[in-house]
Amino acid sequence: MILAVGSLAAMGTALGALLGIASRYLAVEENPIELELAALLPGSQCGQCGYVGCAQAAKALAAHEAPVTLCPPGGKAVAEALAKKLGVTADLSEHEEHVPSIAYIDESLCLGCLRCAQECSVDAIVGAAKQMHTVIAEACHGCGKCEPVCNTMAITLKPIPKTVATWYWPKPGGSVH
Amino acid sequence: MTMLPEKSGPFTHAETSVTRTMTLVMAALVPATLFDAWLFGWPAIFLFITTVGSCMALEALCLNLQGKPFDRALSDGSAALTGWLLAMSLPPWAPWWVAFIAAVFAICVAKHIFGGLGQNVFNPAMVGRIAVLVSFPVQLTAFLAPHPLFAAASPGFMESLTITFGHAASLDSVSAASALGFIKTELSRGVPVSESLTKIPDLMDMAMGARAGSFGETSAVLILLGGLFLMAKKIISWHIPVTVMGTLFLMGSLFNAVDPGRFEPGWFHLVSGATFLGAFFIATDYVTSPVSKEGQLVYGFGIGLLTWVIRTFAGYPEGMAFAVLLMNALAPIIDHNIRPRAFGRTRKGEPLAVRGDQ
Amino acid sequence: MKLFPVRGGIHPDYRKDATSEKPIVALPMPAVLHILLQQHIGASAEAVVSEGQHVKKGELLGRAQGAVSAPVHAPTSGLIKAVTRCPAPHPSGLDQLTVVLEPDGKDEWGDLLPPIKDPFAATTDEIALRVAACGIVGLGGATFPSSVKLNLGKIHKLEMLLLNGAECEPYLTCDDRVMREFADEVVDGARIMAHALGTPKIVIGIESNKPAAIKAMTAAAEKVTGVVVAPVPVQYPMGSERHLVQAITGRETPIRKLTADIGVVVHNVATARAIHHAVRFGRPLINRVVTVGGGAVAEGKNIEAPIGADVQDLIRFCGGLRESAHRFVNGGPMMGQPLPSLNVPVIKGMSGILALTKKEANEHAPQPCIRCGSCVTTCPCGLVPVEMAAFIRNDKLDMAARSGVQDCFSCGSCSWICPSHIPLVHYFNYAKGALAAQDRDARKIDRTKTLVEARNARLEKVAEAKRAAAAARKAKTATPESDKASA
Repeated sequence: MILAVGSLAAMGTALGALLGIASRYLAVEENPIELELAALLPGSQCGQCGYVGCAQAAKALAAHEAPVTLCPPGGKAVAEALAKKLGVTADLSEHEEHVPSIAYIDESLCLGCLRCAQECSVDAIVGAAKQMHTVIAEACHGCGKCEPVCNTMAITLKPIPKTVATWYWPKPGGSVH
Repeated sequence: MTMLPEKSGPFTHAETSVTRTMTLVMAALVPATLFDAWLFGWPAIFLFITTVGSCMALEALCLNLQGKPFDRALSDGSAALTGWLLAMSLPPWAPWWVAFIAAVFAICVAKHIFGGLGQNVFNPAMVGRIAVLVSFPVQLTAFLAPHPLFAAASPGFMESLTITFGHAASLDSVSAASALGFIKTELSRGVPVSESLTKIPDLMDMAMGARAGSFGETSAVLILLGGLFLMAKKIISWHIPVTVMGTLFLMGSLFNAVDPGRFEPGWFHLVSGATFLGAFFIATDYVTSPVSKEGQLVYGFGIGLLTWVIRTFAGYPEGMAFAVLLMNALAPIIDHNIRPRAFGRTRKGEPLAVRGDQ
Repeated sequence: MKLFPVRGGIHPDYRKDATSEKPIVALPMPAVLHILLQQHIGASAEAVVSEGQHVKKGELLGRAQGAVSAPVHAPTSGLIKAVTRCPAPHPSGLDQLTVVLEPDGKDEWGDLLPPIKDPFAATTDEIALRVAACGIVGLGGATFPSSVKLNLGKIHKLEMLLLNGAECEPYLTCDDRVMREFADEVVDGARIMAHALGTPKIVIGIESNKPAAIKAMTAAAEKVTGVVVAPVPVQYPMGSERHLVQAITGRETPIRKLTADIGVVVHNVATARAIHHAVRFGRPLINRVVTVGGGAVAEGKNIEAPIGADVQDLIRFCGGLRESAHRFVNGGPMMGQPLPSLNVPVIKGMSGILALTKKEANEHAPQPCIRCGSCVTTCPCGLVPVEMAAFIRNDKLDMAARSGVQDCFSCGSCSWICPSHIPLVHYFNYAKGALAAQDRDARKIDRTKTLVEARNARLEKVAEAKRAAAAARKAKTATPESDKASA
């Protein structure tokens, strides 16, 4: 009895000590998770997530203070990439509410002040002073930074229209069980 | 006029259904069941009704407890088939409570705890059989010599009721060992296999089924007929039955050639025990076998090999049920590792080389 | 001819008898035509006509944009009522840019391109340009611009032009009728294509359940040299390009490669006929043969319909519906798409319009999978549908991609045979679409990042320039003072 307890205890201590030593000497360098997360974010510093910029958002994500769905312009793809990196399951249901959209400039209201063009972090707005501006749809990622700076409220964010080319079948409904 | 489609194609479907599959399997079992019912008389019939009835009632109960529509229990036929196969794997004169406990293990434990139809890892009927086999070895090995219906020595209707539902006191007086059990016992007494083989019914009788054994294991020919019917109907393919029986036969023949005194010959392995029932009806269970034909070959080989090992070296004379359960556990691994080669790809999943490449 | 086995496949009820003996009939010109600007794979055509303009038959309505695109032409003479968005024959029911043409009833031909006098003396470019100008796309349903495929001989060493007359989809008989009635035109078109491709050999693959077509094509092939008719076994999906190539040559096309990589180019028989018209007469692709069938249609027909005719017009021409239809399908019942309404136009890739009864569709509510493995056995691509569907159901799209869902071409064999009626192909269609959308999103984010970096670099450069300018100014103002001090 004593022999059994003793030998097990000794074995436990020895193996535990071995693990302790291994964890110290074979330790893997901590990944700079913040940097990796920041690399996944668009980097346009739009601030829609409520943080000043993407680096701050990455910091909050690393501390698990922000949900992976925090980035509206990044959409589902970014949320999934973040979830994978952080090893959490993404609840994408709330993300469905955010429809991918792009900025649209009402030509009759635009004064050509260039404020929006200077604000845009992806150079998606073209125009010269006193000339009507326009949005390059392929470049715009719908961060919405231009919207508040427009004095004449000429800028609105509009959902990207669904087309035959981007449409696909929804997931089959009804549980199979 | 608009009619937004909610479903993509195809817009034509084969006349297949779960119910059809289960019904055809049961239809394939009918000849053997009728023969065995005649062979073992009223007690066997009562046992059959008890087992199938318990399975269906328990299926309905389990679905009801989960808040699922329980009319499915009767419509998809899976519970009835489990009960049917379970009944065929029990000794025909087993008491009612053995059948009921086996049904509880089959339906409640093996099937519904794992998530119901399609989710179970282990073959429900075999779990049921093994649960009662290890719990009540006396009742489960009390095989008896055939007592055909209406024959002089056979129990009558009322007497049979007491055998199944009452206290069967005089079972010892009619019991007989199955061929596998007999040889195993003889071997343990030091009688060589080659000698005890001469005392069992001959090959023809074994195949026809006029011998002692479980309800459904005795009539190899009728089971084979049912199996061929299922193959003709494309419900099962040749892969599992052929590899199970082929492996068993090869192992038996090989070792018998080396030492006929210790090892039973291959043909004996084929016709004795539940080889045919197991190979055609138990091992081929869809849910618990691999999905690809390639995987099924490995699976069948494993069952054949394990059955031979258990029959030859282990404590139990019959090993088919254990072998099936062991290979059930491996089926997901087989499915994961052995898969068909995708069109245009190598076995490893790389694109095929174009001529002139590399 | 020696044939090679093809994995998997199914034998559905073919139900071709209702229309296989019905000769091709022309549809009376409808009151209005809706011609979609995009009826092909690739970039949409760009409208070159405007409202109020009068066009003649065969006149250009939309010109091709880019390398992979196709123009569209006026199927008859008439007035352009509008260039606007109209519903497309697409399951989404979404609109697409459409030219609305009101026929004037005269059906007057405009100026056509001159016939190529001796196509067998013409260069590949000449033929490919003509085929491109006539807006010919793959008429088997894939609608890939045919001219692009005619140039494959320039970069690949080709051995064979394989003409696809398998028509393995149930109900459809349009290719069967074209082969029976216009065998010589099909063979001539095939020879022109083979000349453009530089291949010595033409094989015409026809499923053996079309003996009359085999006979007619063999007779036409015997008049020339180098054309062989190969009856292939009746096995769905034999009409799949890659599987037909395997059956005829025994070669397996590597994944994500073209059949041209293994020396074979495949074209549909109806495409060959269209190319014959384009090269010999300069006629653009303005009509096609459509099988209208299904148990709900009063009388099934093979109709030569102008592109842009309403589906409703075709069904009316067949005597309307005999009973209410459960499903309306564009194409065959296996790989066809459901129609969002009957007020959508005929497009170049529409081989059939089916009004299927409930009994024909034979749809049931899904039940739990019993892992029977039928889907694995029937999959002609060697995939494991049961496993992929489980991944997709649990939203593990990356796992589904790893087990090959993108290799699936939605032939429908697994859904057809599934005893549990699980909509396997629907799962795969969803997964393929979702994975493609993920890909697009990822590319967009990459693009955004590049743009942000470029902008930051630019701002940095501007700031740097400003700093440099400020420093220079400072230096300039500082120097005179020091000059003074030294003076």
